[in-house]
Amino acid sequence: MQIPAAFEYARAESLDHALQLLAEHGEEARVIAGGHSLLPMMKLRLANPEWLIDINDLADLDYITEEGDTLRIGALTRHVSLLESDAVAGLFPLVRDAEKTIADPLVRNRGTIGGSLCQADPAEDLSTVCHVLRTELVIRGPNGERTVPMRELHRGPYETSVEQNEILTEIRWPIRPRSSSAYTKVERRVGDWATTAAGACLTMGDAGQIEDVVIGLTAVGLDGGTATRAEDAIRGQQPGEELYAEAGRLAAEDCNPVGDQRGTEAYKRHLADELTQRVLRKAVERVNSTAAARS
Amino acid sequence: MTAIEERPANPAAAAENRPIGFGRLQRKEDPRFIRGKGHYLDDVVLPGMLHGAMLRSPYAHAKLISIDTSAALAHPGVHAVITGKDLEGLNLAWAPTLSADVMAILATDKVRFQGQEVAFVVADDRYSARDALELIDVEYEALPPVINARKALDADAPVIRTDLEGRTDNHIFDWEAGDAAETDAVFARADVVVTEDIVYPRVHPAPMETCGAVADYDPIDGKLTLWETTQAPHAHRTLYAIVAGIPEHKIRVISPDIGGGFGNKVGIYPGYVCAVVGSIVTGKPVKWVEDRSENLMSTSFARDYLMHGEVAATNDGKILAVRTTVLADHGAFNATAQPTKYPAGFFHIFTGSYDLEAAHCKVTGVYTNKAPGGVAYACSFRVTEAVYLVERMVDVLALKLGIDPAEIRLKNFIKPEQFPYQNKTGWEYDSGEYERAMRMAMDMAGYDELRREQAEKRERGELMGIGVTFFTETVGAGPRKHMDIVGLGMADGAELRVHPTGKAVVRLSVQSQGQGHETTFAQIVSEEIGIPPEDIEVVHGDTDNTPFGLGTYGSRSTPVSGGAVAMVTRKVRDKARLIAAAMLETRPEDLEWEKGRFFVKGDPSQGKTIAEIAMGAHGTVTLPEGVDGNLDAEVTYDPPNLTFPFGAYICVVDIDPGTGVVKVRRFIAVDDCGTRINEMIIEGQVHGGLTDGVGMALMEIIDFDEDGNCLGGSFMDYLIPTAMEVPDWETGHTVTPSPHHPIGAKGIGESATVGSPSAVVNAVVDALQPYGVVHIDMPCTPSRVWEAMQGRHVPTAGV
Ligand SMILES: Cc1cc2nc3c(=O)[nH]c(=O)nc-3n(C[C@H](O)[C@H](O)[C@H](O)COP(=O)(O)OP(=O)(O)OC[C@H]3O[C@@H](n4cnc5c(N)ncnc54)[C@H](O)[C@@H]3O)c2cc1C
Repeated sequence: MQIPAAFEYARAESLDHALQLLAEHGEEARVIAGGHSLLPMMKLRLANPEWLIDINDLADLDYITEEGDTLRIGALTRHVSLLESDAVAGLFPLVRDAEKTIADPLVRNRGTIGGSLCQADPAEDLSTVCHVLRTELVIRGPNGERTVPMRELHRGPYETSVEQNEILTEIRWPIRPRSSSAYTKVERRVGDWATTAAGACLTMGDAGQIEDVVIGLTAVGLDGGTATRAEDAIRGQQPGEELYAEAGRLAAEDCNPVGDQRGTEAYKRHLADELTQRVLRKAVERVNSTAAARS
Repeated sequence: MTAIEERPANPAAAAENRPIGFGRLQRKEDPRFIRGKGHYLDDVVLPGMLHGAMLRSPYAHAKLISIDTSAALAHPGVHAVITGKDLEGLNLAWAPTLSADVMAILATDKVRFQGQEVAFVVADDRYSARDALELIDVEYEALPPVINARKALDADAPVIRTDLEGRTDNHIFDWEAGDAAETDAVFARADVVVTEDIVYPRVHPAPMETCGAVADYDPIDGKLTLWETTQAPHAHRTLYAIVAGIPEHKIRVISPDIGGGFGNKVGIYPGYVCAVVGSIVTGKPVKWVEDRSENLMSTSFARDYLMHGEVAATNDGKILAVRTTVLADHGAFNATAQPTKYPAGFFHIFTGSYDLEAAHCKVTGVYTNKAPGGVAYACSFRVTEAVYLVERMVDVLALKLGIDPAEIRLKNFIKPEQFPYQNKTGWEYDSGEYERAMRMAMDMAGYDELRREQAEKRERGELMGIGVTFFTETVGAGPRKHMDIVGLGMADGAELRVHPTGKAVVRLSVQSQGQGHETTFAQIVSEEIGIPPEDIEVVHGDTDNTPFGLGTYGSRSTPVSGGAVAMVTRKVRDKARLIAAAMLETRPEDLEWEKGRFFVKGDPSQGKTIAEIAMGAHGTVTLPEGVDGNLDAEVTYDPPNLTFPFGAYICVVDIDPGTGVVKVRRFIAVDDCGTRINEMIIEGQVHGGLTDGVGMALMEIIDFDEDGNCLGGSFMDYLIPTAMEVPDWETGHTVTPSPHHPIGAKGIGESATVGSPSAVVNAVVDALQPYGVVHIDMPCTPSRVWEAMQGRHVPTAGV
């Protein structure tokens, strides 16, 4: 049994109550959602919060709602809900691709999307998913609500722009027609964190060209979370193996992997290339097959 | 009829073919485990019990300058803080290891590996104890560590064991087996010689339950009761008596249910000793249970053998000789557990299953700044390393000669008529029919069809590999004249009592960690005397209530203790014959035995069952001269030889050429463990061992960075395979009984762990043939596989 340092605990009854508790207990108070990142860090004494503000009772932060051209996800939505939601899988198949590879059922039953994003672990799969989906995030604080784009959420590893007295409340994914997406991950074993993973979302134009595309990579030190040079190189082009290869090459060039037990630097760079090609191929296939199914 | 259905007390008994004796039988112990009613060490709760926590070194190698415990002592709930200095006063700072070395209980002069024990806090509860660790102020002076075993013997390598008088290097031992000159001569005239450097990396047994102890010293009568996660309670009792000076009759070691051992729970850990000292100092029971990281970082690892293999053969694939040199990384203290005469365990069975003209090995043990221990993890005393070496080398040879790996093995097997077979390093293999097992595995696999499929796939650029392995184990250590551990002969005792109503209790010296002893040993008694297994209570794991013996490891329970149980039951049966004769008023030699009953030859209606005889023995029957009024017996069994289980394994893998990810598609395992006592338990042991093997082959490693930081200190880094990584096991068996064992049984506990890693790696290398790969070191992670495809070797950091 690994034992965290002593801490105080309060259970928030509402979002406002949670914000009030955070304000009241100050710097050393932390929100706890699923606890699957925070508790392990506390047990290893890498995190030693004096107060835990439990937001698990805030059922009104647990939802998946389609509204106009936006899919709104409550921050307390669990991995398992994202995995099982057919609405999500229909609009953004990469979410299910990713969720299938995140941890194990026990973790997925508790861990939340809000916690995943606020943890800001460089290997967090949902961070890449959110980059790729051009996510907008809703953050509530003592002075009300603000929204930030995904690229502004993470300030660095384990550091976000959600201030200590703020709570991430909603994740917004824009819905675009003629679009699809894919995510794929290489891990040493089921439930392991990514050695490298890639996600892509693309929109096809009338002439069968790639009208728009976002490519994201996990755990390979990609600046800003997306492979912009690769995106630029294929935007407006007709999809095909040569194009994927070009995108893969550029994505691999732009990442900064660090060799470790999961893999050598060269291997991770190779995966950035290989997996970028795979998700592009898959996403194009998916747009085409939904288009075919429609016509 | 009532609303509640009548249910038989024992579901196994209700099964149609309830065996009296050997056969498929559900485990007697499982109802309590399945219902969460097991009684593990952490379930031991005593009145007034305190809790311990261990402070460990963050450095791999550092001088200990000072320790200030005052703040920790002042922490609420803390009763004591024990340091190496305190233990020095009790002459307990250092203790003998199982390998004629000493190890620190709590560091006094230096710390020698990351995670080494430095101070022990005793407090009201675990939380206070753990919090107080943060308040101990230790000043260290970092020293350069020795991490790479290949550099341990360099002239400028820092000397780790400065505590040992006159030590100027990190050399522990050199050990040889076989005839060097004869082997060199064979090599000199061979058509072909292949060589390869093969690393068996450091891995960890990682049992589900970590290690722990509850010590309860009674200051009034001076008796120490010690609950421990130990695979060898009797050996521990004797060692505590010798080391701590507590008289042996005043020590009772209890090993409750154990959640997996795999060798990890053979030795005595500093935490146990500290719990004892804590109890003596505070006058209260003290519990200490390590956490997962402590278990992975500080307790007995396994393997860590850097091997150089060489095989000499003829052009047509007849293997003539095998030669190997090994650098054995033993960590900071030489604390491996193996019979005294064999510092490299039974590694000298590296001759494998083949009829050789010569063989030689030389093993050099070195100290490094890593956790001590070794020879753990279901390895049958280094047979795992030996099998891995020879089975990889045979494939290297097959590749060189362009001969199919199955064919080259069939060509070189020791033939059935050659048994008992004297190998070139001193073993006498008891029995074997290797070709039969190999052919069975090939049939089950559809070997030729697989090779055809592989050829087609290669055409299409797909990577499919077929790995073949054949292993021979040497288990059941061992004959007293050759084998002891710290001077204790490796025999085992057993005691059987048949109660007046014909039910029985059998007491063992070995202790189960999940192997199903309560079922297997009841079945052995049952087979020999005809009492149903459910009517036989198996008692183990308590030194006050069981006969002396060396415990469970190296697959020795069935070969040694199983022998003891068969013999003790036969002794009881012989006695029963005398009593039955008295009861039937006939001569003992006129009685015939059928399972459970003696009857008069030629008149089967005239007979007595064991229950009737037991009642007679304890009752008023006039007993023959020299026979006392019970149906009990006791024996100590000294095995005449080891036993040699074997098996043929075939593994099929698919590799994603773009990512290097290996998927084990099929695994065929044909095992021969001699007489089969309980098929179900055997299959369970095989399934577990194969899973272990896939884990070692594909993902498990305890690696270190250059500063000596352990990189495998949690389950996030030390990967254990799950059901997702393994296929449905396809198992088969042949039966070649051991000619010298009372029931012909050979042991099965470690076969699959020993045999499977090479099958998986051979399959991976086979799949990578289009890339010209000859060898790849474990674990075959996607990264290593991909690097091998690029023609690059990824060293483990420590090597
Ligand atoms: C064994 C294991 C394997 C895993 N494998 C993977 C994997 O393969 N891939 C992967 O992506 N993840 C993996 N995870 C992480 C998992 O996805 C976690 O659930 C997730 O990282 C955190 O979500 P949580 O709700 O548990 O957050 P918590 O642990 O509760 O919180 C994490 C951090 O976010 C903060 N926080 C939480 N919610 C909010 C909020 N609404 N507003 C502001 N701050 C908030 C907390 O204060 C804390 O700092 C794994 C976890 C475990 C235990």
